[in-house]
Amino acid sequence: MTVTAVDPVLFSSLDPPRLAGSRCASCGTVTFPVQAGCAKCTGTDLARVELAERGTLWTWTVQAFEPKAPYRAPDDGFAPYGVGYVDLGDVIVESRLLGDPAGFEIGMAMRLTLLPLWPGPDGAAVVSYAFEPAGGLG
Amino acid sequence: MSGSSAEVAIVGVGLHPFGRHDPGLTGMAMGAQASRRALADAGVSWADIGYAVGGSNVSGKPDTLVSVLGLTGVPFVNVRNGCATGGVALATAANAIRSGETDLALVVGFDKHARGAFAASPADYGHADWYGETGLMVTTQFFAMKDRRYLHTHGLKDRLLAQVAAKAFRCGELNPDAWRRTPVSEDEIMQARAINPPLTQYMLCSPSEGGAALVLARGDRAADLCERPVRLAAVAKRTRQFGSFEVFAPWLPPEAGHSPSVDAARAVFAAAGVSPLDVQVAQLQDTDSGAEIYHMAETGLCEDGAQQSLIDAGETTPGGRLPVNTDGGCLANGEPVGASGLRQVIDIVLQLQGRAGARQVAGPPRVGFTHVYGAPGISACTVLTA
Repeated sequence: MTVTAVDPVLFSSLDPPRLAGSRCASCGTVTFPVQAGCAKCTGTDLARVELAERGTLWTWTVQAFEPKAPYRAPDDGFAPYGVGYVDLGDVIVESRLLGDPAGFEIGMAMRLTLLPLWPGPDGAAVVSYAFEPAGGLG
Repeated sequence: MSGSSAEVAIVGVGLHPFGRHDPGLTGMAMGAQASRRALADAGVSWADIGYAVGGSNVSGKPDTLVSVLGLTGVPFVNVRNGCATGGVALATAANAIRSGETDLALVVGFDKHARGAFAASPADYGHADWYGETGLMVTTQFFAMKDRRYLHTHGLKDRLLAQVAAKAFRCGELNPDAWRRTPVSEDEIMQARAINPPLTQYMLCSPSEGGAALVLARGDRAADLCERPVRLAAVAKRTRQFGSFEVFAPWLPPEAGHSPSVDAARAVFAAAGVSPLDVQVAQLQDTDSGAEIYHMAETGLCEDGAQQSLIDAGETTPGGRLPVNTDGGCLANGEPVGASGLRQVIDIVLQLQGRAGARQVAGPPRVGFTHVYGAPGISACTVLTA
């Protein structure tokens, strides 16, 4: 069984995991996810690009309470999770975080991974993306 | 103030206190009560009002209020600009007076929110479903992450968040209309339940219920209607520019931009001909205690990083040099979104008129400032003068 993306727009590849964004042909601005217009120069010529899979933690928090809908908790119930922004060089991406928040620090090295969400219709996991400390989860 | 026909003055204020009320009391009923109180404060009747603007985020269409206030045929504009609704409503009514459409206007805001953090619909903000389903679309996450980035960048300590919250509840104790009137110690605030670290439960305002209203008059009528009219020296509103770090943003560019609060504050001070250093009492959007900290700098009231020494010295309390949120702000009043920005204006009006009771700033002050900020990156500011 192969996993499926919660929204195919997010990924350029699931194996290995790579995020998809767009780059403005006029000013070089990189967006995530793909969008049709450039927020900086108002241009409309944007090409789909693959984003870097490594970056540094820009800021972070922990979601300690269960959000209201449309948030969908895992089948085994809500557990607090990390959230942050990861600086990939040409764009800073908001992401779920894996790993122990006690070890999170602004500036630490992070790498992209998949985040299993819930089972899909065929039993294989529906996934989103997450970043984890590049030194591994220890 | 010496009024001219080109000026706009606030000649009446009315509040339905914020908090948790009878489940049967609707947001609109609170808006109606606030309106009647503002009309009574100004000594005018609803039939005298030539233009009305109302704001509510979740509690109905404000222009429906005409069915209880009276079917006078008055033009009535509805505003729905998130937490900035009150400021935008005020600006709209002021422009109606300046353009000559009326010489007397009413601004009203109200809301009655369910308990707990706001739930937001991805589609309302231009996002696909994944953004909400995967748990990234929560306003309090943004507040915590902007706070952490700001404190880190400017060398401020997490404890400053508790100092701001403790000050809010001390102000609430002095304000008979506040929702939270019991002081909470900094230690208790620091050790309370984590909501989104570094924010604990006392550092975040709660959605609440309430209404607020103002009566505005053309400057040359103000002195007849009010013993101490307050001049709306300027009002300005802005949306965000590229690079601003905003709520509900899946990405931002590495080149930092400034927030819409910076633009709205610069515009309002320029229009009023007033320096931020002249402000003697201020109301800043304090959806969380970190927001009060960085909004002090974004609006120009202090330099980035100067908040630690100002707050340590008590300068933002009603007895300090730069009193901020003297009625307890959002932290002690909660936030009925449609009314919150007007509550701010009411507090400043009462301060400039010397009617603020136990929280009165000495003087009374002659220059006041208000600032609201809301999703997805909008701000409105006013300069008010005695």
